[in-house]
Amino acid sequence: MESPGIVLGFYLLAGLTLGSGGLVFLARNLLHSLAFLVISFLSMAGLFLTLSADFIAMAQILIYAGSISVLMVFAVMLTPLASRDNSNSIYVFPALISAGGIASFVAFIAWDTDWSGPGTDFDSTIGTIGQLLLGKYVLAFEIASVLLLFALVGAIMLVHQRDEDSEGTS
Amino acid sequence: MNLDSPTPMSRQIAEHSTLIERFLGLPKIALLIFVLLIAALGLGNGIIGYLVVAGELDGTWYDIRDLGNVNAALRDAILSSQLNTYIAGALAYLIPAILGATGIVSVVGGWLLIGPWAERRLIAKFQIRQGPNRTGPFGLFQSLADALKLMQKEIVIPTGADRFLYFAPPVAVFIPAILGWAAIPWAPKMSFADMDVGVLFVIAISSLGVLAVFVAGWSSNNHYSLLGAMRTIAMMVSYEIPISLSLLAVVLMTGSTQLSEIVTWQSTHNVWLIVLIPFAALAFLFASTAEINRTPNDIGEAESEIVAGFYTEYSGMKAGLFMAVELGNAILVGALMATFFLGGYTMFGLETWIPGYIILATKIGLVYFLFVWIRGTLPRFRLDQLMGFAWKFLIPVSIILMFIVAIESAIFIRWDVPAAVSLGLFGLINVTGAVIISVVWIRILFKDLDLAAPERPRLVTAVGGLKAAKEIRG
Repeated sequence: MESPGIVLGFYLLAGLTLGSGGLVFLARNLLHSLAFLVISFLSMAGLFLTLSADFIAMAQILIYAGSISVLMVFAVMLTPLASRDNSNSIYVFPALISAGGIASFVAFIAWDTDWSGPGTDFDSTIGTIGQLLLGKYVLAFEIASVLLLFALVGAIMLVHQRDEDSEGTS
Repeated sequence: MNLDSPTPMSRQIAEHSTLIERFLGLPKIALLIFVLLIAALGLGNGIIGYLVVAGELDGTWYDIRDLGNVNAALRDAILSSQLNTYIAGALAYLIPAILGATGIVSVVGGWLLIGPWAERRLIAKFQIRQGPNRTGPFGLFQSLADALKLMQKEIVIPTGADRFLYFAPPVAVFIPAILGWAAIPWAPKMSFADMDVGVLFVIAISSLGVLAVFVAGWSSNNHYSLLGAMRTIAMMVSYEIPISLSLLAVVLMTGSTQLSEIVTWQSTHNVWLIVLIPFAALAFLFASTAEINRTPNDIGEAESEIVAGFYTEYSGMKAGLFMAVELGNAILVGALMATFFLGGYTMFGLETWIPGYIILATKIGLVYFLFVWIRGTLPRFRLDQLMGFAWKFLIPVSIILMFIVAIESAIFIRWDVPAAVSLGLFGLINVTGAVIISVVWIRILFKDLDLAAPERPRLVTAVGGLKAAKEIRG
């Protein structure tokens, strides 16, 4: 049996995640949805912490709550008329279909997994993850980082103003 | 005293009595009391230190060097009491947590009352003024009076403001400023949450402040606010990279992401990391001033350009909270700087005599003094200069030096010589490498710039400013 604090924390965080996740698509204002999305991300990090996955929790805060949300802020600010009205969209049916697909996928995984195994206490996950990433799975890690580097360089190339362009226009 | 100085300003400087002179000018009885207090403090600390070193106080709950022992004793007492297992477990978790949180909040809150006074007095000294000296002894109650004044002010909500998002940011910016303290070790066993992922936690928490700033700027429905918020976001996102890179160098050198382990590594090798990896320390210091919106990088709220930046529309205590969180962040950065680069709560063996938290508080105060000094000295950077400095200079040089540190850390594990030899060598390599790479990189960046003919301030010459200056000089 888990300690009561963990159980209480799990239900609080799960409620917060689901509630703010629901408010993400119920809010009419896009920025309000963004705020709820960040709360949802943060409580998700808390859920990871209750599973003693400290590295994943910190990565969740750092990448999703800290960076992805800033990316969305920039997307909202750079899109005309996007910030004031979260009105109905023509993409509602494709969105529903893809959301249903993802939900059924997660449900299938949850149904199919054998949850009866003994829960083991991890002292620290970050050392294990680091050794696996730079040992056994180093190739996948390098491929992912090279892909990200290509994306970065490609984005700079797309928006970079070449000399002949600026001379031609000015 | 040299009263024949040429300008009124330098005469004023010469007439201005120094701190020591003014201290000796106090009444004799006050001096006597002060000396007695100092003597009593030294004697008491000496006795306690002797008892601690002699081993008579060691390991028991009243050992004052770290309050973790008190906590552990309290936990054991609760767990071994006659209570129900669940209730005892919950209490053993809750009571130390509440105690630690109270400690952190009172440290931050106490500093928020003393800090503004110290900063204003210090800057006044830099600018040959007096500073606040009316309210209370030495003007100490000035910040209290300011806070009361701010609370009495009317809260004005701008028309068209997003009422839902308008009230969240002044509170939300405090969350990272308080949460960041959780990972700081104050003494060997005295840390609120000494987690394995401490460095990641610090980076993750510091990235949360960006959103509160953006929401504050956006919901105010004001161009200055939005502009300030976007500037702040661009700056914070850019400067998170140098911070992460310099902390990565720390982690590579010490081989741990736990903050207490980093401090222990520095104390066992008797070296501060600022000596070993000076560029990382400087990059961290500079980038964190950008992260917390302090001069010379406070373009998010540059008064001369965009009023007050993202909190232009906030009034009363809400604006006060934004100003206060800036100060709280400054001491948090001071604590991080002390922990990562200045040896944390250790001081080459002094920590066996003096409680570690006093040493850490002293170091925090020193870093804070450095921040105030910078604020009193340097002008503000321009936005493009600031971003260019991050992207064109700090990040490339940090990456190159991080590679060097990575190679060194690989050698350090395998090389079988005394740590003093290898670490001394690495420190030399890092210092010279940082200087050489910085110089070479600046040469490459500015190879088109003609340094032989610097631009003269034409207007000043035209109106005779330089000539007048020459005449005054003699």
